[in-house]
Amino acid sequence: MESNLVQFDLVSPERLLVSEAYDMVVVPGSEGDFGVLPRHAPMIATLRPGVIDIYENGVITERLFVAGGFAEVTPERLTVLAEEAIPLSDIDSDATKDRLKTAKEAFEAADTDTARAEAEAEIGIAEAMLAAIAKMDGVRH
Amino acid sequence: MANLKDLRVRISSVKSTRKITSAMKMVAASKLRRAQSAAEAARPYAERMERMVGSLAGSLPQGAPGPALLSGNGNDRVHLVVLVTSDRGLCGGFNSYAVRNAKQFLNEKLAQGKEVKILCVGRKGREQLKREYGAYILETFEGMGRKGMNYGDALDVAGRVTKLFNENSFDVATLIYNRFKSAISQIPTRHQLIPFLFDAASEEAGDPALRSMYEFEPSEEEILEKLLPRNLATQVFRALLESFASEQGARMTAMDNATRNAGDMLNALTLRYNRTRQANITKELIEIISGAEAL
Repeated sequence: MESNLVQFDLVSPERLLVSEAYDMVVVPGSEGDFGVLPRHAPMIATLRPGVIDIYENGVITERLFVAGGFAEVTPERLTVLAEEAIPLSDIDSDATKDRLKTAKEAFEAADTDTARAEAEAEIGIAEAMLAAIAKMDGVRH
Repeated sequence: MANLKDLRVRISSVKSTRKITSAMKMVAASKLRRAQSAAEAARPYAERMERMVGSLAGSLPQGAPGPALLSGNGNDRVHLVVLVTSDRGLCGGFNSYAVRNAKQFLNEKLAQGKEVKILCVGRKGREQLKREYGAYILETFEGMGRKGMNYGDALDVAGRVTKLFNENSFDVATLIYNRFKSAISQIPTRHQLIPFLFDAASEEAGDPALRSMYEFEPSEEEILEKLLPRNLATQVFRALLESFASEQGARMTAMDNATRNAGDMLNALTLRYNRTRQANITKELIEIISGAEAL
């Protein structure tokens, strides 16, 4: 049977978060967002911190924030290996602001290149999180 | 009469030991359940990650060397052993199994004239290795999983391994840990981290025709560069979780045995106590009776 759904697996290091079939999933690739429909060409891509949109019947039914990771696309399935994933509605904006602050402090305090790069990545994640909530709030109001 | 008192003291001490061991057993059992489900929950990520590395490596042009983390630096002279054990004892042979396996590996490599270096995760492994191999130990990580194992711990260890590799201080890295099979059985396992080994699991993932069709965004090299350190951390994380679950299983079994032994001992001691008490009473009676008869 030809399925019109794409099997979407979202896994974080700690556990399997999502494993279900959807109409379409839009993934924040590091070189631009891409939508995955059934029978997509096989592809492996890296992700930037951003939002995964899950579409059912043409509307977004779920939005998940991922802090970077990898996506593997085959004609039947999409597997996302996320370093950190959290539903957009569960993000606490104050906690994220704190996180951004600590990251910025770590960046200032960093004395090696690796530490600086880590802090920079952390800042990027926190900023992307804030941007994602801001955008969502904009839609809601 | 002194004998009776000694027995009473011993009985009460064995009783309190039994209480302690049975409490430890309970604690280990509840931790085991959590650790086991954590280890099982982390498996999909590690497996998919390995599969992805497999498909990426498979689609690299034939003969291309690829990144060093994937194919190694071509040498086989200095071996790094990452030994995962627990921080605390009282878990039966758990640490000894892993250490024995590590010693065997180290001796093998030393006999072949190779150089070895050791990273210890967990205090117990270091304690057992330091007399014979103390000179090879680079660093010890402690306090892993005190508040439940998290990915950050694995990142620390993996970061250290990557750093050492980039400094060219070793050629081949091997991870040694106890794999969790069941609460009563843990298997000391060796897992080669660098260079990446294609095992059967990644071989059978996806047919080769499909594998060569992959598109990459950005380029393969860039993805591999990001994916490989990540994969390293994931494999370490998996080892930590497996080891943690194994530790709880081993402790539970050890404490169960200890509780049972304490119970047996208590029975034997109580029997002896009662016999001695009876003998004493009989003796006293005989003394009284024979005293009365003498009058």
